[in-house]
Amino acid sequence: MSFIEYGDTIKDGDTAVVFLGHESMFPVKVQHGTVTQTKYGVIRHSTDLIGKKYGSKVICSKGGWVFILHPTPELWTMNLPHRTQILYSTDISIITMMLELKPGSVVCESGTGSGSLSHALIRTVAPTGHLYTVEFHQQRAEKAREEFREHGVDHLVTVTNQDVCKNGFGVSDIADAVFLDIPSPWEAIGHAKSALKAEGGRICSFSPCIEQVQRTCLAMEEYGFTEINTLEILLRVYNVRTISLQIPDLGKAAEDNSGTGFDSSSPSNQGSPGVNLQQGTVQFKSGVPLKEMVGHTGYLTFATKS
Amino acid sequence: AMEESPGARIREGDCAVLKRGEVFKAVPVLRRRKIIFEKQWFYLDNAIGHIYGTTFEVTNGGNLQPKQEVEETTTETKEAGTDNRNIVDDGKSQKLTHDDIKALKDKGIKGQEIVQQLIENSTTFRDKTEFAQDKYIKKKKKKYEAVITIVKPSTRILSTMYYAREPGKINHLRYDTLAQMLTLGNVHAGNKMLVMETCAGLVLGAVMERMGGYGSIIQMYPGGGPVRAATSCFGFPKHYFDNLHEFPLSKVHSLLSGTFSTETLPSDPEDNALVEEESNGLTEEKQTSLQETEEEPTTEAPVEINQAEEQETMDINAEDVEFKENKEKENKEIVREKQMKQWERRKKLTETAALLREKNADGLIVASKFHPTPLLLSLLEFVAPSRPFVVYCQYKEPLLECYTKLRERGGVINLKLSETWLRNYQVLPDRSHPKLTMSGGGGYLLSGITVVLDKGKADSSNLEALKMEEPSPKRCKVQDLHC
Repeated sequence: MSFIEYGDTIKDGDTAVVFLGHESMFPVKVQHGTVTQTKYGVIRHSTDLIGKKYGSKVICSKGGWVFILHPTPELWTMNLPHRTQILYSTDISIITMMLELKPGSVVCESGTGSGSLSHALIRTVAPTGHLYTVEFHQQRAEKAREEFREHGVDHLVTVTNQDVCKNGFGVSDIADAVFLDIPSPWEAIGHAKSALKAEGGRICSFSPCIEQVQRTCLAMEEYGFTEINTLEILLRVYNVRTISLQIPDLGKAAEDNSGTGFDSSSPSNQGSPGVNLQQGTVQFKSGVPLKEMVGHTGYLTFATKS
Repeated sequence: AMEESPGARIREGDCAVLKRGEVFKAVPVLRRRKIIFEKQWFYLDNAIGHIYGTTFEVTNGGNLQPKQEVEETTTETKEAGTDNRNIVDDGKSQKLTHDDIKALKDKGIKGQEIVQQLIENSTTFRDKTEFAQDKYIKKKKKKYEAVITIVKPSTRILSTMYYAREPGKINHLRYDTLAQMLTLGNVHAGNKMLVMETCAGLVLGAVMERMGGYGSIIQMYPGGGPVRAATSCFGFPKHYFDNLHEFPLSKVHSLLSGTFSTETLPSDPEDNALVEEESNGLTEEKQTSLQETEEEPTTEAPVEINQAEEQETMDINAEDVEFKENKEKENKEIVREKQMKQWERRKKLTETAALLREKNADGLIVASKFHPTPLLLSLLEFVAPSRPFVVYCQYKEPLLECYTKLRERGGVINLKLSETWLRNYQVLPDRSHPKLTMSGGGGYLLSGITVVLDKGKADSSNLEALKMEEPSPKRCKVQDLHC
């Protein structure tokens, strides 16, 4: 197993994801002799995990069961220990595409934070690319290094513990893309420009507040970046439900069905509404938006150095 | 394999993308070939050898010359009004007539000059507010300054271009939705990916770019052959195609039931009149209620790419053939060649069938004009457990049904039906706000993860699925148990 290469069976030392059901899961480090407690009972690593196929169902001691999943950057994002506010997969996906990342790309990132984006970037640029990530908080930088080692991707990433606004990325004329998620990105635009290859590249800055975006855009313009474009992406998730609505009783005679306005003879297999006149209801499938959704994460500003 | 850096130079035979403002167009780079883009015509000959990303000006003879960086000379003290209370629209503020402007253009006066003249001859310009002046200049620049940037194709550029110019060809798949698919599908180097798309090969190209030539892709196709018009715009190196396989959808059932044979192949692509989405954008789709500002296909006939089964044209003109024997010889040649090709295709198909039979694909990406349910129920058989899959559909309803059917089948968890909204912003000092229009629909995604399927559990999971869908809040608690 590693975050950049699928494996079929669970091995000692792997990071696996225990899936308990509906959006409830957690990562686990697989080790001989270790046990993991879940609400369905105990999982014994030596017998229940090691040597089993990823995607298998594991019966826990209380008879309940869980699935064991192969780790991916997306699953990691949903389950990682937060040391900072993190970026989620919706933003990560547009960042990856708009920065034109692919195997072989060299990327600079600051700050490393909890490593949510870092894992996704490493996955995309492997096996021949590299991530240079800068984090000014010493403990966080150290923790990130440890995680990359544990996940088998440390050869693809260099973590530097310094202030990107003062000292830059520690590399120059090497990057295809730069990503900034810091409180004052406008102070790092100059460093970003020198980190990017002479022949050009892409840059992205993530900021929650529009005032930060304005200063960043001005700085980008000042340093000669082109194609400056700010956008925001929002994820809407839908629950799939079968809804039944009552047909109102308007006092029509029961044998006269035409008055309901529904054609009860229509076959109800092709997703057409099922009309049940006995119960006086109509059934249909609906994608119901969640009660609450994320309304704002941050603005993403992209630009090109050419 | 060394990746091409963005500093690559424009070469003859490349597929390049022209950019003007927010408008893109993919064109093959060929000498002495007239290109029409954004109401201008020109030749690309002079662009050859320059670095991608260079901005050119169009000269009068339709030639391109690299734009000189001009320092904006704003030494003059700017005069501006504070509001528009005294500006009256009498239609007489511009002293230059249409004929005057045309004369300037015919003289070959630079666009910049014309804009300057327009400003000087506008009686209201000095009374406008500074913001309004900026806006006026921007608008005129756009109209009279003929500058074009030539950029290297990428998923970012091609997916933006297709969505703007020919959304019908890609089932209205917006670029942010495509970005989600690549991430949700964990598409990366080394994967063995299954792709089923009818998006002109754009989704395939996006997957190929993310895999960088490492791993393998099996493309399932309907009809006589896969459409890869957009794929060829990416300009991938040859070796990217070494591990790209294709398999006809019409053979999936026989492969799953074990009755597969290569004896009855679908007919050759060239025998097949693919009416829609022909690979050169010449057949324009009937777009309902879409006001096209100009008639330009997204891509001009793309540069041919080393594909074994690309069309070959045989022009046999009876009058050119002097002897009958000659002709018969030629006919025999043709027949033999046809047989060779047929044999070659069968061999490939057998190999691809073997790859599918391993049932260990690392992911499945579906984005097609077909109903997703039957595709998913069959194609998921080829995917290994604990792997992501993503299905795109322009409409929500088919995905609702697909969701239900997948629950009944079992073997999948973490099913999610989602959509993304994209909002662009204008960011200018004291004038920042969301852009006035945003796209209404970029399609929907259904994603999930495969797990080992217990054959005996199909019935109970069905029951569970039904429970899941009961809308009463009491039932919602049930979801938290198992999936």
